[in-house]
Amino acid sequence: MKARILLAAAASVAVSFAAPAFAGATFDAVKARGSITCGVNSGVAGFSAPDSKGEWTGIDVDLCKAVAAALFGDASKVKYVGLTAQQRFTALQSGEIDVLSRNTTGTLTRDTSLGLNFVGVNFYDGQGFMVPKKLNVKSAKELGGATVCVQPGTTTELNLADYFRANKMDFKPVVIEKLEEVIAAFFSGRCDVYTTDASGLASTRATSAPNPDDYVILPELISKEPLGPMVRHGDDQWFDLVKWSLYAMIEAEENGIDSKNLDEMLKSTNPVVQRILGVNGDMGKALGVDNKWAYNIIKTVGNYGESYERNVGSGSKLKIPRNLNNLWTKGGLQYAWPVR
Amino acid sequence: MASTVKGAKAPKQPLSLNDPRVRGLIYQVVALAAVAFCIWYLASNTIANLEARRIATGWGFLNREAGFAIGEGLISYGPADSYLRALVVGVLNTLRVAVIGIILATLLGTIIGISRLSQNWLLAKLASLYVEVFRNIPLLLQLFVWYAVISELFPGPRQALNPLPGIFLSNRGIKFPTPPDAAAFDYAGIGFILGIILAVVVANWARKRLYATGQTFPSGWAGTGLIIGLPILGWLIGGAPTHLDMPEMRGFNFVGGGSLSPEFAALLLGLVVYTAGFIAEIVRSGILAVSRGQTEAALSLGLTKGQNLRLVVLPQALRVIILPMTNQYLNLTKNSSLAVAIGYPDIVSIANTTLNQTGQAIEGVAIIMLVFFAISISIAMFMNWYNKRIALVER
Ligand SMILES: N[C@@H](CCC(=O)N[C@@H](CS)C(=O)NCC(=O)O)C(=O)O
Repeated sequence: MKARILLAAAASVAVSFAAPAFAGATFDAVKARGSITCGVNSGVAGFSAPDSKGEWTGIDVDLCKAVAAALFGDASKVKYVGLTAQQRFTALQSGEIDVLSRNTTGTLTRDTSLGLNFVGVNFYDGQGFMVPKKLNVKSAKELGGATVCVQPGTTTELNLADYFRANKMDFKPVVIEKLEEVIAAFFSGRCDVYTTDASGLASTRATSAPNPDDYVILPELISKEPLGPMVRHGDDQWFDLVKWSLYAMIEAEENGIDSKNLDEMLKSTNPVVQRILGVNGDMGKALGVDNKWAYNIIKTVGNYGESYERNVGSGSKLKIPRNLNNLWTKGGLQYAWPVR
Repeated sequence: MASTVKGAKAPKQPLSLNDPRVRGLIYQVVALAAVAFCIWYLASNTIANLEARRIATGWGFLNREAGFAIGEGLISYGPADSYLRALVVGVLNTLRVAVIGIILATLLGTIIGISRLSQNWLLAKLASLYVEVFRNIPLLLQLFVWYAVISELFPGPRQALNPLPGIFLSNRGIKFPTPPDAAAFDYAGIGFILGIILAVVVANWARKRLYATGQTFPSGWAGTGLIIGLPILGWLIGGAPTHLDMPEMRGFNFVGGGSLSPEFAALLLGLVVYTAGFIAEIVRSGILAVSRGQTEAALSLGLTKGQNLRLVVLPQALRVIILPMTNQYLNLTKNSSLAVAIGYPDIVSIANTTLNQTGQAIEGVAIIMLVFFAISISIAMFMNWYNKRIALVER
């Protein structure tokens, strides 16, 4: 908490002395530095968490890697900074990180009052509730009077208050900032309910519960949580690069390009595929990077579907079905603008 | 400065740059202008930059609906209330833990400090052990331990321990019966306050009489009697109702009665136990600072050991103690901001949430600084006043 006040104070100082940012500042600074500093969460498996070898993995981490692959041709050129919900915006405002890729929900207030921009959506989510099975609760509507564990500085704590208010129910919040602490409070029985994005619940249940089968996630989703990366105002080129790094992964999936058939695909006669992979056209150049930018992304992190299945889908412990995160061609919402 | 003495004697001179008074004045004006300029520069640059980056500024958010819930507070609050009210809840929560913490830490610390000097070997050793252990473990760690002990060791609400009728211990905290809304309990409350006032009056009268005539009066017993007796009298006048508002298990949790949350309990325990270690050392050194001869003189005059401690040693030790004690009070208050770690909704926690939900970091940090500054300066001023007051008694 002291650290966060310091961070906020640092942001204030940075804002007091700095001259207004000019276009290209972040892009050029990152390029000169030779690595991206990426703000991620401090350990939600599937989104961003260090694995047993200490390497960061997750769908949010993959976005950082994709940007590094596009810019440097090397996905390992990323420095990760684990941030709590309360630390994340000041970290981006103060310039401590270049991009925030940390299951952050896009909202009007955040988009307009922070001096930051949402780039796109890499995971469509909604807020849910997890309760111990032994409480025998079947629906969120039965939660009146419950004690609820929640992290501060999130849309979660606001939706929670809204939902109980709308349904004329009481609750007692236990608000703890650090993820480990709030989860420990829930699993020790301090709270009846733990609430966050449904993906976060799945992750916590699969990786932190003493026995995952003792806990149920209630069927109701009480909010829309479009999660995606953010950048600072003032550098549109940087904004574009992050945005198209995400789109490249989605476009690749839609066009059947993945990390395994990639080199095969270089020989494709399909002009769309040729443009994506830099065989034809100057797409990379327009972004200010190498024309092989998308090729490099797919080579190292794969397309969106691969990243999804590996981190949060069938290839992971979380086993979250694609649903909303399927391609638009398969009934989902993932839809990238054309690379042309 | 020194120049005023010289200047006062000197005959009237035309103002000149060689005059140290004039130079001093010029330096001060220049320094003041420089500071003002820096503040103006930082403020205007900050505002310009925030504007350029389109980061929200201003205090308008204080009246907006906060939208988040708070676990506990001394005044009623709901998510539909304003950020301002949420912040007031936070300030009161900070004051609550700080005031109770300071009182309990002083009591515990004094007992341990005196025990360290006890002739009883075991007691003295235990007291030293306490000081060594609790002073040297980081407070944050102690808080986590207390919190974990409460939430892991106590059973869930449905299996709550019930040591006394109406009192329930569980990982939701301590639930206890409270007096319902009845006139008798209001009378009892008035009686309690009256009792305290009268006890102070009696103590003052007894001291004056002691100094004037040398006769003692058991003012301690009398005061205790007043503080306990008057509320009982008030309760009897009100018709002596025996019905209490009992906590009762319903659904997920207890309803009715009063409660102490695990977060508050853990924070209070941590702050008291930690700070008492430091206070004990201050009390001990204060007592040691009073020369042994004083005690010998008092005892040979026929004072009992207790009277010696109360009337001779402690009043003198108090003067040595008061300044370092002030520091401990300030520390305890500032340390209460560690509350965020275990989820007690103090001002830092609420201001952080506000800062985050509104995106107005500068205002949020300013509020935290202002609140702690105000509390610290109040404690310091009170202690200075008290210090002066007891210093006057000196002969
Ligand atoms: N999407 C929500 C909530 C995001 C959030 O902070 N979720 C928690 C629970 S899954 C988290 O990621 N915690 C990780 C951490 O604090 O490091 C928001 O943007 O406010």
